[in-house]
Amino acid sequence: MVSSARDWDSFASSSPVNGAIHMDFAVDGVHCAGCMGKIERGLSRMDGIDRARLNLSSHRLSVDWHPDEINAETIVEVLDAMGYKAHPFDPNLVRESGDATSRELLRCMAVAGFASMNVMLLSVSIWSGNVTDIAPETRDFFHWLSALIALPAAAYAGRPFFRSAFAALRIRSVNMDVPITIGVLLALALSVLQTIQHAEHAYFDSAIMLLFFLLIGRYLDQNMRRRTRSFAENIAALRADMAVKLLPDGSTREVPLSRVDPGDSVLVSPGERVSVDGIVQTGQSDIDQSLITGETALCAVKPGSNVYAGTLNATGSLKIQVTAATQGTLLDEVNRLLETAAQARSRYVKLADRAAALYAPMVHSAAALTFLGWWIWGGDWQQAMIIAISVLIITCPCALGLAIPAVQVVASGLLYRFGILLNSGDAIERLAEVDTIVFDKTGTLTNAKPHLVNASACSGSALNLAGRLALSSRHPLAIALAKASDAANPLENVQEIPGAGVEAILDGQRLRLGSPDFCGVSSSRVETALASSPGASVLVFQCDQKEPDLFLIEQSVREDAQNVVLQLQSSGYHLEILSGDRRAAVSAVAAEIGIKTYAAELHPQDKIARLDELKASGRTVLMVGDGLNDAPALAAAHVSLSPVTAVQLSQAAADGVFLGERLEPVARALNISILARRAMSQNLLLSTLYNIVAVPIAVAGFVTPLLAAVAMSGSSIIVTANALRLRLMQPRQINSNGEQG
Amino acid sequence: MDVLIYLIPVALFLGGLGLCAFLWSLKSGQYDDMEGPKWRVLSDDDLPEREEP
Repeated sequence: MVSSARDWDSFASSSPVNGAIHMDFAVDGVHCAGCMGKIERGLSRMDGIDRARLNLSSHRLSVDWHPDEINAETIVEVLDAMGYKAHPFDPNLVRESGDATSRELLRCMAVAGFASMNVMLLSVSIWSGNVTDIAPETRDFFHWLSALIALPAAAYAGRPFFRSAFAALRIRSVNMDVPITIGVLLALALSVLQTIQHAEHAYFDSAIMLLFFLLIGRYLDQNMRRRTRSFAENIAALRADMAVKLLPDGSTREVPLSRVDPGDSVLVSPGERVSVDGIVQTGQSDIDQSLITGETALCAVKPGSNVYAGTLNATGSLKIQVTAATQGTLLDEVNRLLETAAQARSRYVKLADRAAALYAPMVHSAAALTFLGWWIWGGDWQQAMIIAISVLIITCPCALGLAIPAVQVVASGLLYRFGILLNSGDAIERLAEVDTIVFDKTGTLTNAKPHLVNASACSGSALNLAGRLALSSRHPLAIALAKASDAANPLENVQEIPGAGVEAILDGQRLRLGSPDFCGVSSSRVETALASSPGASVLVFQCDQKEPDLFLIEQSVREDAQNVVLQLQSSGYHLEILSGDRRAAVSAVAAEIGIKTYAAELHPQDKIARLDELKASGRTVLMVGDGLNDAPALAAAHVSLSPVTAVQLSQAAADGVFLGERLEPVARALNISILARRAMSQNLLLSTLYNIVAVPIAVAGFVTPLLAAVAMSGSSIIVTANALRLRLMQPRQINSNGEQG
Repeated sequence: MDVLIYLIPVALFLGGLGLCAFLWSLKSGQYDDMEGPKWRVLSDDDLPEREEP
């Protein structure tokens, strides 16, 4: 192993006040308040630490300390000793933008809430005064006061809507914010006009209350997204993407990836993940590329070979020169395919925008017709204008604006509870439309770690000895063997021959563990051994001249994969496997879990071609995959999920990430989405019904501000309650309901 | 009704005070962690440490 100083300074930000250093850590394994107390107490007792505070919602620890008394390494070690894995955040990677948006929404919401309460106070006085004995002067005074509160408040709190509506109009499209903006602005303008003319009614309360309700929805939505994003950032930080960089003076230093540039040289020890894309300068090794290509067999590399970030270096030390994505490499091709796929994807129109596109013209033409009608038959254009605007106010999409976000918030909260984090809100709608599911094999249907399959066929003593020999190697197959054998004490003087295996002399006997070639086993014997499990890799153990033992090591299928596949099939989904691995390995897994359609040895563009084929035959596809070779397919599919063990590029391309060792979250995500989609349709229906009732009343000219207020809050409460219904369902109910749907 | 001249400014002022307090609490990061504080109130960190029996 290369031991090198870790460059912790890159993670710190120092405070100018007292020279203390501030650092944020992602902490894994925090479950309850007990953990919080333990960590904070444990750290605060140490010398040099000013403050340690754990955020229990985001699982982040922020620590201030004095650099001359303690360092980051000690803190991580202390946390490790307590049983918590921790890693500092790379400040270059933490994006605060989400936080800023959610704070802005919260501020707007506070202002709108304050204003609507105060305006409502005045409005209630006017309404009750209107039916009793309010003096016209007092009423005018109250209206002016309402204007004084509502106008600046709306100008401040309405900005998120105005901005988005303006942006939509500029590209000549309509989103829900356009009718909202028009409604609010017209209502305010009309109210000022009414106030000047000493009228009985003004709509200041309606306008500001509309903003308040909509901001609640926006804030909840944003908050849910921020929560998933902060969780994803924690995972990324805990993965500790570090690289051992070779400095010009020949020394090495462990630095975060953001500090590695193309042209730098990095060292990768056996057993470590390669964290950069590059070309091997010196060294020979075997590389496990399963995360990149789905291929489970190792691939030999020598100087001049390309290696990719995310691969696992198995046997020898490598010095790698970092390259940016260059012409002709796999990464370049994947990036190119990703770009085209992402462009095609952006054509999806969200349900909310579809509703807005239908709704806005309808409402606006209804208002225009009302104006014309009253003008022609009533004759008074001002009166006609007032009624037309009241139509706009009463139809202002309070319920419609909440209908979809409210469901999204509740549904993504449910998904979060089951370990599914979605990157985009409309992923729920798209998940509900799926009828075909395409799985990648390696790392998706199977677990990322391999295990020994023929333990019962091997003699115990050979297994134990082989296991002890395997302890000295960082090769993934050897690690799996050592784990299966429960061997504890490694042999001495073990030599590792890169690309072949390990060798040791024990009591005058030469022991070898490695590839069949290395141990002199014929390929026909290997083939016979592989007949029972064609997907396995072979590791041979030879003790001097005795008959060699063959160990078959395979990536195991996720424990619940079979059940989940059965459940999905019985719910009517069509399942397929598209893998980059060898045909034999793929067909073995397909047979084991019961998926009939599969294809093997596929390149990224083959996967996309198959997805296009499915799309052309009218299917909507959910792609589940983890490898770099899946990234374009993940982006091209109608909707996509990837396990948390996936490479970063794939996680970014997928619409969601699921946690844990089980495949169940995929089925769960589909179930919840179908229920959520149903609730969305119900909500849209409810708000349509509301409009069918309300619009004629408004067109007839009977709408008063009081009626508008009641209708608006009533309809908002109804759609929110309908969305919350999702939450009341117990997990089991979700299962059974989802299957029916 | 003359009393309104005092009452309304007073009401607005008090409401505004609440708004300012909220904005301040937002700015000082009191909404950053919505889970921790409810447990923190139960912990005895602020008491002098006792020897374990």
